[in-house]
Amino acid sequence: MNIRRFPLTREVSLFVLVYLYLPVFVLIGYSFNANRTATVWTHASLDWYVRILNNPSIRAATWNSLVLAVSAATAATVIALLAALATRRAFPGRNASETLLRLPLILPEIVVAVATLILFVAVGIELGLGAMILAHTVFCIPFAYLPIRARLEGISGSYEEAAQDLYANRFRTFRRVTLPLLWPGVLAGFTLAFVTSLDDFLTSFFLSGPGTTTLPVYIFSAIRAGITPEINAISTVMLVISILLVSLSFALTRLRR
Amino acid sequence: MSQSDTLRRTALMLPALLAILLLVGAPLGLMGWVSLLEKGSSAGVDWASAPSLGNYQRLIWEEDFDGTLLWNTNYLVIFLRSVAQAAVTTLLCLVLGVPVALWMAGLSPTGRAVMLLLVTIPFWTNLLVRNYAWLIILREGGWLGMAVDAIWPFGPVQLLYNDVAVAIGLTYSFLPFMILPVYSVFEKFDWRLVEAAHDLGATRSRALRRVILPVAMPGLLAGSLLVFIPCLGAFVTPALLGGGKTLMLGNVIQMQFGPSRNWPFGAAISVVLLAIMLVAMTALALWRNRRPA
Amino acid sequence: MTRSHRLAAAALAVLLALPATAQDAEKTLYFYNWTDYYPVELLAKFEAETGIKVILDGFDSNDTLLAKLQSGGAAYDVIVPSDYVIPGMIADGLLMKIDTNAMENYVHMKDAFKNPDFDPTHEYTAPYLWGVTGLAYDSAQVEGGVLEPSWKEYFEPRPELEGKIAALDTASDVILAASLYLGIPQCTESNDDAKRILELLEAQKPKLKLYSSDSTVDRLASGEVALHHVWNGATARATAQRDTIRFLYPAEGTPMFRDNFAVPANAPHPENAKIFINWMMKPENAAAVSNAIAYGNAIKSDEFLSDQWRAMEAINMPEEYSGRLVPTQDCGPAARELRDKIWTRLKG
Repeated sequence: MNIRRFPLTREVSLFVLVYLYLPVFVLIGYSFNANRTATVWTHASLDWYVRILNNPSIRAATWNSLVLAVSAATAATVIALLAALATRRAFPGRNASETLLRLPLILPEIVVAVATLILFVAVGIELGLGAMILAHTVFCIPFAYLPIRARLEGISGSYEEAAQDLYANRFRTFRRVTLPLLWPGVLAGFTLAFVTSLDDFLTSFFLSGPGTTTLPVYIFSAIRAGITPEINAISTVMLVISILLVSLSFALTRLRR
Repeated sequence: MSQSDTLRRTALMLPALLAILLLVGAPLGLMGWVSLLEKGSSAGVDWASAPSLGNYQRLIWEEDFDGTLLWNTNYLVIFLRSVAQAAVTTLLCLVLGVPVALWMAGLSPTGRAVMLLLVTIPFWTNLLVRNYAWLIILREGGWLGMAVDAIWPFGPVQLLYNDVAVAIGLTYSFLPFMILPVYSVFEKFDWRLVEAAHDLGATRSRALRRVILPVAMPGLLAGSLLVFIPCLGAFVTPALLGGGKTLMLGNVIQMQFGPSRNWPFGAAISVVLLAIMLVAMTALALWRNRRPA
Repeated sequence: MTRSHRLAAAALAVLLALPATAQDAEKTLYFYNWTDYYPVELLAKFEAETGIKVILDGFDSNDTLLAKLQSGGAAYDVIVPSDYVIPGMIADGLLMKIDTNAMENYVHMKDAFKNPDFDPTHEYTAPYLWGVTGLAYDSAQVEGGVLEPSWKEYFEPRPELEGKIAALDTASDVILAASLYLGIPQCTESNDDAKRILELLEAQKPKLKLYSSDSTVDRLASGEVALHHVWNGATARATAQRDTIRFLYPAEGTPMFRDNFAVPANAPHPENAKIFINWMMKPENAAAVSNAIAYGNAIKSDEFLSDQWRAMEAINMPEEYSGRLVPTQDCGPAARELRDKIWTRLKG
């Protein structure tokens, strides 16, 4: 289908790949830098990886980040999926619903974070991982919703109609027809939500209790002293973990086909 | 619309509605209230103060150093600059992201999966660390700096601590938020329509404009929204790569909750920003509805 | 749906399996300190000697600390506020009385640090580290290799340094330095003063390379800037990597900060907090921190100071400069608003 090969898209894509990976390689490369100052290269060493294993703060922060991201992304994706199904066809109030679903996106995060903090304290919700998961889920919803919605719009209703003509009930239709078609959108939604939660600083910071510092909060507080190769090292480790996670989910998707 | 349909739909929407109303609506209401109060003497908010519009007035008027009341252009300038920066970033993301999404959609299923993976991986690195990597690349004596100097004949080029660096950094951060939604639409697109157009004598660009683009619009809008809005509130990248020389909207708000300890004023700025965004989004929604389905 | 179910179940299992206070909750200490401002090895030593496990979280500024405390959410046992925020905290009832002056190791404290102006009866706080904010420069990049100890070198810099200067990105630090240079009181509420300060800063801005309070050590050590408005401890650590770096204590006034231990009023383990604070006043422990973090402490522990720091003026301040030190004050709301105005105009 060569009409699909539009001119220059391949060249632009290659350029974009280089653009995307240049900092990644710099980041990984400097995690092997023996010199503490990240901006001056001396020689190669695995010291920093050893040090992060022995650094309880980094270990705890990484763990917190991962747990938080998985929980929030999962909850957000489920909620977003349900919402996307609900807003599929036009109904009075659909626009209002859609605006509401996008609401967390348009708010300056610092305002929501501080406001949420005050609300939680007033109501008596204890700060910590639970509170953070609640808040993260909410701002992840739009990130999960948009790809699912976009994908859903492209699915013609005729498949489901056909299924129902063949006597499948609504739930069955959903499970065997709609969901598989929707799957790439759901995956994209989960991915976006996961990344958003993992990288979040402000909300995590305001809602964290003692011992629940996440990695971005730790790094942000640490940049006063400068990015040490330890931070490059842990970022590399997180990267590898994420690659493994995503590859796993992709592999699962292919298996289901 | 049958009643069971409405019931079903409400049930599906309920989790999302509850989550957003309770965890976004309630805090926001609180913030709206706070924006009417005064700042505390050492604490952030003086809960006992009488509500007034003082904080909003401050955005428009202020006393100059010699006591005269001036139109306060400070915040307007900052706001416009943030909008400009977000717009440029969105544009760059469109220019770079759409071709990538197009190309990805034309690959084999395996190729698509691989590219999807490749595009998302860089974002599993922490934002700050990524920015520092750019610092290393862009600084004088850094690789890119040296490469550009070798080509550029007009003397050393300053690639860091200016708007160029910020544009590079922001686009980098938000590119996947453009690529993913657009790709999601292209992947499902029925390319036979394009074939049909071609058969009917349309050139490639005509097919692009009249067939592909209208269908791709939701993805493009979704991507643009996902880039523009967070970009508006971005302050870490502009601070790090821009050398801290200018204040962005995010910085101003953050200042109020930090060193300035003036939470009500910060709340007021946020409310205004929010109002403008809502107006823009409503206008967008209305425009979208007017187009033939 | 099955996959989402599986994921949700996994997440739930993970959450439930989280190590929920596996150890005795009583033998814990929640320590909230500036990041990279405490050697973690020392915490291990503390745990070995007392059996109390310390969980360390970090913050980057007093405002962050205040925001956390004022919202009343998180409960830490030991915090590290700077001198100028403490009177406000005491007045707001945020701190618990710990009677520092009655603690066992109080005898080791240097007299100059006892009963400071921000805590006159020394009942709420104990000194931790102190330092100054001055100017660091790379003598190799300066003609003649020496700069005058004056803010002039910063606000009206030499031509060869233009474009190679870094300012701190903290409004209070920069405006304070400008005030000292111009002879204006620290917490001025006068519009005329503010105007003069703004003019000075606006004239300086084009000559700066950047504003940043982060990664100062890296920036100095890599030679990216020739002059940096920065703290003495950071300078010392940079000098350890690039030995041509020097530190200036400006004669018009060198701002001094003193960081202290304090215990929040809602601390869950106040007794552990007191044990920790007392333990930190032991000479060898105080010195261990100074040697690791490169700032001076308040304990008579000079014999433990490592030779590396002893040789540097940045850490081992010569006596004759003590007259230049100016303690930082907490400014009232009107002064703070004025500072805001200056900063927003400067960067607008």
